[in-house]
Amino acid sequence: MSLRTFTAPDPETLVKGSRPSTKRRQLRRAGESYGFLAPTLLLLLVLMIVPIVMVIGYSFQDNVILKSSSEFTGIANYVTVLTDPGFWKATGNTLYFSVISVAAHLVLGLTFAMLLNSRLISAPSRAFFRALYVLPWLFTAAVIAVLWRMLLSPNGIVNFMLDTDVEWLASPQLALGTVTFINIWAGYPFFMVSLLAGLQGIPQDLHEAASIDGAGPVQRFWNVTIPQLRPIIVSLLLLDLIWTSQQFALIWLTTGGGPIDVTEMLSTYTYKLAFANYDFSLAATAAVLVLLLSMVLAVLYVRHQKARD
Amino acid sequence: MPTHRRMRNRAVLFTGLVTAAASVVALTGCGSSSGSESADGNVTIEFAQWWEPELPDGEFRAMIDKFEEANPEVTVELVSGPYASTKEQLFAGAASGTMPDVVGLDGAWVSDFAEQGVIADLTPLLDEAGFDDSQLVSQVQVEDKTYMVPVVNFVYPMFTNDDLLSQAGVTAPPETRTEFADAAKKVSDLDGDASGWVLPLSLEAPNGVQNDVMSWAWASGGSMLKDGQPDLTNDDVTSAVDFIGGLWDDGVIAPGSFTMKEQDKVEEFTNGRVGMMIDSLAHINLIRETNPDLNFSISAVPAEDGYSGERGIPYASWGIGVAENSEHKEAAAKLVSFLMSEETNSELSTMANAFPGNTGSVPAFVEDDDLFKKAFDIYQAGYPANEFVGLPVAEELMRQLGAQLQAALDGQQSLTEALEKAQTEWEGEF
Repeated sequence: MSLRTFTAPDPETLVKGSRPSTKRRQLRRAGESYGFLAPTLLLLLVLMIVPIVMVIGYSFQDNVILKSSSEFTGIANYVTVLTDPGFWKATGNTLYFSVISVAAHLVLGLTFAMLLNSRLISAPSRAFFRALYVLPWLFTAAVIAVLWRMLLSPNGIVNFMLDTDVEWLASPQLALGTVTFINIWAGYPFFMVSLLAGLQGIPQDLHEAASIDGAGPVQRFWNVTIPQLRPIIVSLLLLDLIWTSQQFALIWLTTGGGPIDVTEMLSTYTYKLAFANYDFSLAATAAVLVLLLSMVLAVLYVRHQKARD
Repeated sequence: MPTHRRMRNRAVLFTGLVTAAASVVALTGCGSSSGSESADGNVTIEFAQWWEPELPDGEFRAMIDKFEEANPEVTVELVSGPYASTKEQLFAGAASGTMPDVVGLDGAWVSDFAEQGVIADLTPLLDEAGFDDSQLVSQVQVEDKTYMVPVVNFVYPMFTNDDLLSQAGVTAPPETRTEFADAAKKVSDLDGDASGWVLPLSLEAPNGVQNDVMSWAWASGGSMLKDGQPDLTNDDVTSAVDFIGGLWDDGVIAPGSFTMKEQDKVEEFTNGRVGMMIDSLAHINLIRETNPDLNFSISAVPAEDGYSGERGIPYASWGIGVAENSEHKEAAAKLVSFLMSEETNSELSTMANAFPGNTGSVPAFVEDDDLFKKAFDIYQAGYPANEFVGLPVAEELMRQLGAQLQAALDGQQSLTEALEKAQTEWEGEF
């Protein structure tokens, strides 16, 4: 005779019936998760995926947006844009503007950060200069453009102080350098603030150890400071390169891409195709090409971030 | 699972779904249609324009209130913003089919909107509203259909700084190109930093090509078109551009031309740094308020030596049109008729310091102010000339010619080459 063990039934099961199966529980759990993710996914879909897909779609059609009869044209728009000398001029200008700006941002940002990080400066002075140096970053592009247009006008204060009558923004020979300078002025505080935070995070022990080993200030800079800052510097360089290559407002409000085409950037080139020519197909094509260039930088940035992790 | 825990999970799930649903509703609810109709037959129409912010506070709304009193079944919702925002809003509305019922228009946009079929032919609408269109000073047509009516016109005469001219030994504003060049040279030769003339050629806002370059050709009865097609290499335009090139070579044009915009031009004149400029009459009060001591007058733009015909005077308009997709075209036409009526148009042109779009209207300032009176005389003695109105991608045409002129004035090519290249570019746009 065998004994059977009876377990008392779960009172909840008696009242509500049997528990849902494991599969149902998993489904419900997944449903909950997606429910919470839904607003974000929806926003991403509506604000990012749909517009990007639409713009890519437009770049393969003609007469988009303004006419109801648009047709698939294959890569014709890409051939038109890529064979337009204006596009390559804009690409060259963008490259010059971005590379010089980013390099100068790094040098200036690092210099000011190291000055502010110096133990020779008292805390109140540091706070004062930090606030002073960060000012350019607080202005919007429109304010910066108006400010520098006034400063650099032929009758402006810069010419008055230099006792010259140089057309800084209106001269085809100087305009690209001038807008690059304005962009450098507007953007270095981002580097300065980030690098200052990085400098403050470098353990003092490393510098002391290097000093004991006989390293001078220059050697400590290259062998302690820079290696410690390298991850931040690489991130900053890539982000700044992406942002600067897309700069529009500053260029548009100071020179409008002129004189002639000397400050034409990919952003102003695309804007003109869309809102001056009303050729949204070609504008979409130029935008997709800019997207591809930005994607290269974005991929590099993500890979760098992953490597850091 | 304990009951309270399950209830909490359900509450969380419910919250998640509600949030998701709310997001959908919020996102789909972003779009809005234009006018609407209530159950009692009253209609609300939208009127998008940039005029209200440019007029004295509350005056335009008060005028629209009068319209609503006279037409109690129509409510007008004013959608007001700066010029650039209005332009972007209208182009976006045209693309998405959500244009407001009544739209403020710039002549430069008409061809593009008409080609898209997003603005309506006004002739039958005004007929139905009982408005006699022979009262209109002008109508902007594309392929023989009227799409825009200029409500008020801002003309661009020549402003002269009379003190500077007098110091330079010029006793009267110049009437011919030779007199102008001579006066400009004399002003530039004065001690100080004054220049004879100011020429804004910014490519961001390229309307200097229209108002400050092409006005020289129009003032001598010239044209940049032939049978509606570009004709930039004709004698009229070539002579006007050569004249400007001569002024440039003489060094009488204020520095900074290539990035100078209209507001910079007005600032240079207001601060007494240039002797002469071609500018909108709308800036008279601004100049007076900013520099009350400036002694200036206005005259017609100088013509070619020996020219005795009627002078074209450049103008810009606040135009009006009706959206093709409007469900309340009748109410929209009533509003257009109201604004174009003799009395309202007089009032509006007085408010805006502009010239009326109704032939019978007379703005009050013409009787009160000598400068405006003189401008009105110039306006009536000549004819409004702006060949960019109604052209396709008008702003881009100005920008193309502007860039070519910059290259020529910078010495990279001749003025003849600039006109030939611009002609080729323009032909591609027509």
